[in-house]
Order: sequence, then C-alpha cells, then structure tokens
Amino acid sequence: MKKTQVAIIGAGPAGLAAAIEIARAGGEVTLLDENHKPGGQLFKQIHKFFGSGEHRAGIRGFKIGEQLLEDTEKLGVNVLLDSPVYSIFEDFVIGYTHDGREKAIQAERIILATGASENALAFPGCTLPGVMGAGAAQTMINVHRVLPGKKIIMVGSGNVGLIVSYQLLQAGADVVALIEAAPEIGGYGVHASKIRRAGVAIYTSHTIQEVIGEDSVEGAVIVGLDEEWRPIKGTEKFIEVDTVCIAVGLSPLAELAWLAGCEFAFVPSLGGHIPKHDRNMETTIKGLYVAGDLTGIEEASSAMEEGRLAGIACAESLGLYSEEKARHLKEKVWARLDALRTGPFGEKRRDAKRKLMDLMEGGADIG
Amino acid sequence: MRVKHHPILGEDRRKEDATIIVDGRKIKAIAGEPIAAALMAAGIRVFRKTPKKNQPRGVFCAIGRCTDCVMTVNGIPNVRTCVTPVEDGMVIETQNGLGKWREIR
Repeated sequence: MKKTQVAIIGAGPAGLAAAIEIARAGGEVTLLDENHKPGGQLFKQIHKFFGSGEHRAGIRGFKIGEQLLEDTEKLGVNVLLDSPVYSIFEDFVIGYTHDGREKAIQAERIILATGASENALAFPGCTLPGVMGAGAAQTMINVHRVLPGKKIIMVGSGNVGLIVSYQLLQAGADVVALIEAAPEIGGYGVHASKIRRAGVAIYTSHTIQEVIGEDSVEGAVIVGLDEEWRPIKGTEKFIEVDTVCIAVGLSPLAELAWLAGCEFAFVPSLGGHIPKHDRNMETTIKGLYVAGDLTGIEEASSAMEEGRLAGIACAESLGLYSEEKARHLKEKVWARLDALRTGPFGEKRRDAKRKLMDLMEGGADIG
Repeated sequence: MRVKHHPILGEDRRKEDATIIVDGRKIKAIAGEPIAAALMAAGIRVFRKTPKKNQPRGVFCAIGRCTDCVMTVNGIPNVRTCVTPVEDGMVIETQNGLGKWREIR
C-alpha cells in the first residue's frame, strides 16, 4: 500500500494552504481531490476579497487560486486528482477510487478540508429544472462561461446571494428580483448597494410561495411575510422568470469526519454539525485535523488561514518545527484570523468558534 | 447561452470543437467542459425524469454533490453530467427513472 506522511483531502483553499505549509516545513504531502482540477470553489469567485493587505484583500478569488496552485507545484506537493475519498479506515488508511479502481493510501497525519455544499429550500416547484443553487449558477457563469437563464430571481440576501446576483448581471443575465425572508438584508451593505444601483428590486420580508412551470421554470410567486414570518394573504406577486437561484446557506461536508469517528457539536450559526477541534485544528482523533468550511461556514480567506494553522500544527506534531517556531507561526495566523472575524458578521462566527474550541477543554455543549 | 464577453474574465476564446449526440440530436460542445454546461449552452434543461412520478429534473448544485443532473452517457446510467467532461462523439440520453445499462454485445 502507498504511504505518505500527510494526506490532505480536498484541494480547495483550505487544503491547498495546508499543503503549502507542510511542504514548506519539509514534510511530504499527498493532496487528494475528487475533481479534475484543484482549487475547489476558488475559481468561481471572481470578486475582490475583503480584509487587509495581509489577507490579499482586493485580489480576486481566482487570482489567489492561481497563486496557490503555483506554490503547490513549486513545492512538489503530490496532487491526486479524480480521486474521490470514500472512507477513512483504521490506522489512517484512506480508501479512494481512481479511474474506476479501488485504491488505498496510508498516512501518518490526515487533514480534512472537504468544504461545504449548498442548502436547498422546499416549496412547490422547487425540483423543477431552472431552480438551482446560487453557487451552481456562479460555477456555470464564471467557470464554464454558460448562462443558466435569462431572467433570474435570487432567493436569499446573504453575501452569496448578493455577490452572485451581481455576477449574473456581469455575465449578461437580467436579475429581476432578490427576495429575503428576514426584515433586513443579510450580507454586506456594499454588495447590496451595488445590485440596487444596477436596478435589482430587493424585497425583504418576502419568501417564495411557489415556482410555476411545465417542464422547467416559467415564473415564481412571491409573498410578503408578517413579523411572525407568516405569509400575508393578498400580497402574492407573480414574477416572470426562467431561473430561480437559491442562496440560503451552506452545510459542512462532514461525512469523512463522521466516518473517521470524530466527535461533533451542533452549531447552527456555523452551518450545522461541526467536528469538534482545538486551536491547532486537531479533532478528537489524534493526528486528524480539519480546516475550512467543514469546521464552520465562513469565507475562502478564513479557510486558507485555517488550512495554514492545520498545516503548521501538523508539521509541529511531526517534529518538522520546534514548539517555539510553530508557536510563532501560529500566532501570526491567529492574528490574521481574528482580524478577519471582526465586524457584526465576523464577531458572531468568532464567538461560535471560540465556544466550539472550548468544548475540547471540557466546556458545556452549545445550545 | 454562452458568456462570450465578460467585463472581468474577458473574451472566451475556446472553440466548440466537439460534437455530442443528445437523444439522437447533434450538439456542438467544447471538449473538456462538463456535459451539463454544454447542454445548458444549448438550452436543454430537462436531464432526467424521476422513477415514480416521471417529473423532470435538471442541474441543481453543479459541483457533483446532489446527483440531480445524472443522465445516461455512452450507455452508462447515473453519470453526473456536471462533473463529467465532454468528449467528442459522446452519446448522451435523457435518463428515465433509474436508467438502463446498455446491453453488452
């Protein structure tokens, strides 16, 4: 059986950043991903990232992706593509498939960076072709350069809903409306202002009642909501669209962490069930680390920092870094992470993450 | 519809260099792009019909997670079209229910 010092599962921003850190420390890394290309969801992010200069703010996501790929190549990271991992067995034996064949690789340490998937929303007509995840539409326009539709309604006003609405406009679609069930817009004001200026009607306290169509979407009925989130009769409005994009959050892809036997905590503000981990990103299983959206839904910038943390901690545990050197490196990453987790959105996540990490020190469960 | 011009990404200079056969109809595609992208560019939205109620389904997640976009490709059913690259001459069929394996001659 093939052996490797560190196996990283998932070649998105977190996995790539972790791989780079370990390779820099002199470790031997194998990075596995089920896709044909590394980069995860970075290459569909054509907007400029937030944060300070240190976070490479102002640089577009796909440019950051290109840089990460260049670094992994330069450092000689072994990347196994088209290799979906289906389980983690005893003694860190990783089962995956490649080219229709069963394969296995054994690692001394494992870092899971499997990311997240988009949530669905249930309403009559939600399964009709033309109803899709906002991230799906983003992948289609920005990576594959294909428009999913001409007239689009966006459901959800978090940053994904706002940013993808703008990017659909950039790609040439008409975003007819954006609706939000809460009384206020969920994402950053700057993003909301941009699409407002572009003429997108924003309906807060509105939800989708049903989507109409024979074989695919032909229109949507939206309805106003009262303070108790109940539909208000008489406020129904038919909007002619051919595509409905759903941006109602993401859920961590935690299957491998479950299979490996990690302990979990349920943290709604981070997206659901999250593998418990400490400040080194190590789970309740010694030598098994996690990073990125799997540890709570955030942004690519924080995913990369978490990947770096996991990478440095992993390198330290292998004796590639002294305790002092590792502490110094980790402190720098933590400073950047804390800076990313500021503001009304970031602080909520920072508090949730802190509580989650406290659990590793025997704290009470999160309510 | 393809996004030829883009304010950030620039011109898409790729050529439609492959032909795929979708339910018997020839469609131009770009070799290497996901089958789902080629179908979407050609305006095809119904990828399969469900086993019990015969309802239409298409692309939902576009990253290989949800399996809503599976079709029969070169005689093999349940192929995730959003993560399977186009090859010239591919035969793609709308999948009915769970699909059927092509008989091996």
